[in-house]
Order: sequence, then structure tokens, then C-alpha cells
Amino acid sequence: MDVFSNLADGFAVALTWQNLALALIGCFLGTIIGALPGLGPSNGVAILIPLAFTLGLPATPALILLTSVYYGAMYGGRISSILLNIPGDEPALMTTLDGYPMTKNGQAGEALALSGIASFVGAFFATWGLVFLAPQLVKVALLFGPAEYFALFTLAFATLGGIAARNQAKAVIAAALGLGIAMIGVDHQTGVPRLTFGEIHLYEGIHFLVAIVGLFAISEVLLFLEHANGEAPEAGTTRLNRITAPLSMVARTAGSMARSTILGFVAGVLPGAGASLGSFVAYTFEKRLKDKEGTFGKGDPRGVAAPEAGNNAAAGGALVPMLALGVPGSGTTAVLLAMLMALNITPGPLLFTQQPDVVWGLIAALFIGNVMLLLLNVPMVGIFVRVLQVPTKYLMPAVAMVSFVGIYGLSGSTFDLLVMIAFGVMGYLLRKLDVPLVPVILGILLGNEMEKNLRRALTISDGDLSILWGSPIAIGIWLLAILGFIAPLLFGRLIRRKKAEVTVAR
Amino acid sequence: MSDRVLGGTCLLLSLLYIYFSTQIRVGFISDPMGPKAFPIAIGVVLGLGALYTLVRPDPEPVWPRLGRMGEIVFAVLVMVAYTYALPEFGFTLSTAVAAGLLSWRLGAGPIAATIAGVSIAVGIFVIFRQVLGLSLALGPWGF
Repeated sequence: MDVFSNLADGFAVALTWQNLALALIGCFLGTIIGALPGLGPSNGVAILIPLAFTLGLPATPALILLTSVYYGAMYGGRISSILLNIPGDEPALMTTLDGYPMTKNGQAGEALALSGIASFVGAFFATWGLVFLAPQLVKVALLFGPAEYFALFTLAFATLGGIAARNQAKAVIAAALGLGIAMIGVDHQTGVPRLTFGEIHLYEGIHFLVAIVGLFAISEVLLFLEHANGEAPEAGTTRLNRITAPLSMVARTAGSMARSTILGFVAGVLPGAGASLGSFVAYTFEKRLKDKEGTFGKGDPRGVAAPEAGNNAAAGGALVPMLALGVPGSGTTAVLLAMLMALNITPGPLLFTQQPDVVWGLIAALFIGNVMLLLLNVPMVGIFVRVLQVPTKYLMPAVAMVSFVGIYGLSGSTFDLLVMIAFGVMGYLLRKLDVPLVPVILGILLGNEMEKNLRRALTISDGDLSILWGSPIAIGIWLLAILGFIAPLLFGRLIRRKKAEVTVAR
Repeated sequence: MSDRVLGGTCLLLSLLYIYFSTQIRVGFISDPMGPKAFPIAIGVVLGLGALYTLVRPDPEPVWPRLGRMGEIVFAVLVMVAYTYALPEFGFTLSTAVAAGLLSWRLGAGPIAATIAGVSIAVGIFVIFRQVLGLSLALGPWGF
């Protein structure tokens, strides 16, 4: 089959000593990043992009490094959920529900091992899903013209707030802010400067990496300053005697893992969902289906396996629209899109046809990363637990300084650093006001591409707006976008209430 | 109240944005849509979101007390001073001071914070400069 020969080529690209070493480093760093509370996958990848970029790595190795970090962070988030009852990142929230009770029952080692295996199962099969589904989506996407792409970008913005979004008006504000920032600089088609106010530094526009690192990393540091206690969470009390899961436990949870993987993958592929929803859906479904004795929430192993398989499967599923269409469906994939753009790779159907070595090398790297993560995570989890004990009062300054180093390395300009700080302050204020940051990022990333497609479409039709809904595909995408925007208004309250019930009722 | 301020600010911003977008000079060769239309549309969308937030604000977020707010302002000032210090005093010294100050304000004792600052600076310098060969601000003394 075509897919398999492509995949074999991918492995040929990925299986060099240098790439394997980079994957290992990426997995290791990623797990640490995921495990540390307050340094989620988006943050971690955001800080590392400028570094990977300035190191001058070629595209494929850089991609391998950073996607290993992405998958690693998804694995790592569970460690602090299970041991400390603090989710290392947002998708790991559901893992606290049964993971921490297992720790209290003296089963911390089993919980860690089991969740590692569940993460592997979820991510591994989701990567297979990616292998088969992405090329199908590419076939559809090759039929897209500029009008369809414009509709697709709108769809991404409309659904990005997610089904559980609280306030769509704030998502609109966020997207408009991001798009507005993207407009700054010289217009690509006519060459006139726009909104630069004569400032020479602004002619090239604001570099999206500067904005992303500011919005994510610097604002995180400011958020931590709100609370003076920079102590590490207490973890000394839990003892890890054995970090293996008995075979019977794995066998008992196998069904949960399988169902959660499928649910998580679907949640990941759909726009506006992402990994957090994947783990949530997987957990609630499993609870409804299997919780006959009321053991969920009291340390049921299935309650650990389900959300972990779900969130890692969703992480893999989220890569499908990102790679095949160039339109990310979640926060972390938006950051991954930034990474591709920094490497001068434009994801989308053309990537599959023109640079298949990059795509399939990346997918092969995901498989390799997964196996590495399983090997790293099950026997070596003790090391990561030790890292958790680094107090934030030392960690956060280091994060800030590494951010500065990365951005300084990009251009060596003081102006960029000041812009980064400004974005940090803005990110802090927006977070406090409950304005989502991801649409801002996506706006900055996609703004110019979105405008370009709109203008191309209108050039083709000589200014006639009806071309925007001139094909059945375009109409379909518009309907989805409208539906995606309205759905949270209709169902958001319900899902949020369920989520609150599940997390509070323990 | 916070949301009304947000809505008001964004509304003002959107009006300014639309105004400045209309001021973009268009060359005599242009596509049918031109460089103005999309920014103006963004301004309008921002204005609509802002209006809604102004009229229907969310519940008030928990703002830190004034003293804590001062900490955040102080941290921002430290970072701004740091960017200006980089070319003057070089990477290692500036970073040690900035990281030490941040760590102190996050709750480390003065001695621990000093040690943390120096170790972070030296650590980053060794890893990123010596091992990975990244370009850092070197300053007059070459470190």
C-alpha cells in the first residue's frame, strides 16, 4: 500500500543517530515540561521554538525535536496529577480524579505505570489514525480554492474557543486582536506599509515567536508572582515502591483504553476540541458505561487509564487537521503550527505532495518518540518525580531567562525583547480577564494567510463577494463555522456544569 | 467593572484601528479589495466583541491585592531594565542580577536568590553559549 511505502521512507529519514538523539532529548525535556505544574505543552514548545530555530537545525531534525517535546509533555502531565493532585497541564485534569486517590491508597507506582501504558496506547493508535486519515483529508483539501480556504480559516476561529467556551464575545475580541496585530507591517500584495506609524522596526511586522513567547511564558511568570510562596508542592510523603502495573490490572483496563483511544482521537480531529476535551469525554463515557459499583473517583484504575489514553489520542488526532489543512484545532497545535512556520514549512495539502519526506519523517518520529516515551516513563518515572520538587521560585526565573535568550537569539534586537515583555503584560491581563489566548496566537499566525486568500478570491471574481459561498464545499464549511460558533452558546453551559460536577464531586 | 474597562478599551482601540486603517495609502496598482478593507473589517469585529463585553460583563475576576500588583509591576520593570542592560553589561552579569531579583521576589531568601541568579546565568551561558554555540549578548567583557 501507498501509505506503508511512504511510512517506510519516513522511517528512513527519521532513523539516523542524530535524529534519534534529538528525539530522546525532546522526549526527556517534554516529560519534564509536562510534569512541572505551570509549564504546559504550549508554554514548553513555545519557549523551545526560538532555541531550535537559532541553533540552525535543518527542518526535519528540528521538527523531530519539537514534536517529541509535544508528545512528551502530554505524557508528563499525568505525573503531578497522580502524585500531587495538581494537573501538570490542562488535559491532565481528569487524571487527578482517580490518579490521586490511587496514590492515597498506596498505589502510586501502579497508577504511574498504568497511566504510562495508557498514554502509549492512546498516542500509538492515534498516530496510526493520523497515518490513514491525513492523506484522505489531503485529497479533499486539494480541491480547495482561496474562497474555501478563507472559509476554513473562519471555521478555525469560530470553533477555537471550544465547545466549553464561556464567553464567545471574548473569543471574538481575542481573534480580532490577533488578526489586528498580524496586519502590522508592509502589505505583501501592494507593498504599502500598514499601521507601522513610521516605526522602522514594525515594517517587517511583529514576529509571531516574539508574541507567542511573551503571551505564554512571560505572562506565566507574572501570574506566579501573584502568590509569594514559591515553594514546591509537597511530594515527599508518597513513597514509590514498585513502578509496574500488574498484568491483571492492564488486562482489566484494556477495554477502557481501547474505547477512550477512539473517543479521544475523534475529539482531537474535530475542530474546537483538543486534548482537554478528549480526556474529559473519555472519562465521563467510561464512568457512565462501567461505573456499576461506584468505584470511579475513589482510585479505580480504569479512571486513570481512560483519560490518559483519551488525551494522548486526542493529541495525535489534533495533528490531522493541522498537517493536512494547515489549520490547527487546539492551543498546542497552534504552537506547533508556529514551529512549522518558523522553519519555513507551510502545512497543508501541498506539504504532503511537495515535501513528503518532512511529513512522513515527522510521523515516523512520532512513532519512535512514543516508544521512547514508554521506555522513559515507566522505569524512569522516579527521576521526573524528583524534578517536580524544583521550587517555582527558582524555576520561573530560569524560564523567563531562557525565553529572553531564545528571542534575543532570533534577531539580537532590544526592540523585540521589549515587544515580548509587552506581550507578557498583555497576556497576563487577558488571562485575568478570561480572554482566551489561543485565538490571539492563531490570529497572529494566520492573519496574513487569511487575508491573502480572501483577496485572491476577490481578484478571481473581480470583486464579487458571492464567490465566497460559490461552491458546495465553501457553503458546507461556512455552515460548520456558524454551527461551531453557536454550539457553545447552546451546549456550553451543560458541558461546563458536567465538568464542574465531575471535578467537584470527589 | 474589569470587563467594562476591557470592553471600553477595546472599543476605543477598534475605533482607532479603523481610523488608522482608512489612512493607509493605496498605490495606484491594487487588487479589487486593496490593503484597507481587511483591517477595517477586523476593527469592526473587534468593536462588536467589545460592545457586547461592555454591555454584558462577566463576573469580576480575582485581582491580586495592591502590594502583589506592585510585585508584578516591579518584575516588569526588572525585565525592561534587563533588556537595556544586556548590551551594556553583557549576558552573564545582567542575567544573574535579573534572575536573582525575580527569584527573590518569588520568595527566595536574599542569599538563596543570589546563588540562584548566578547559577541560572552561568548555567544558561555554559549550555547555550559554550555547548550549543548560540549568540548571546556579550557586552564589553565578552561574557
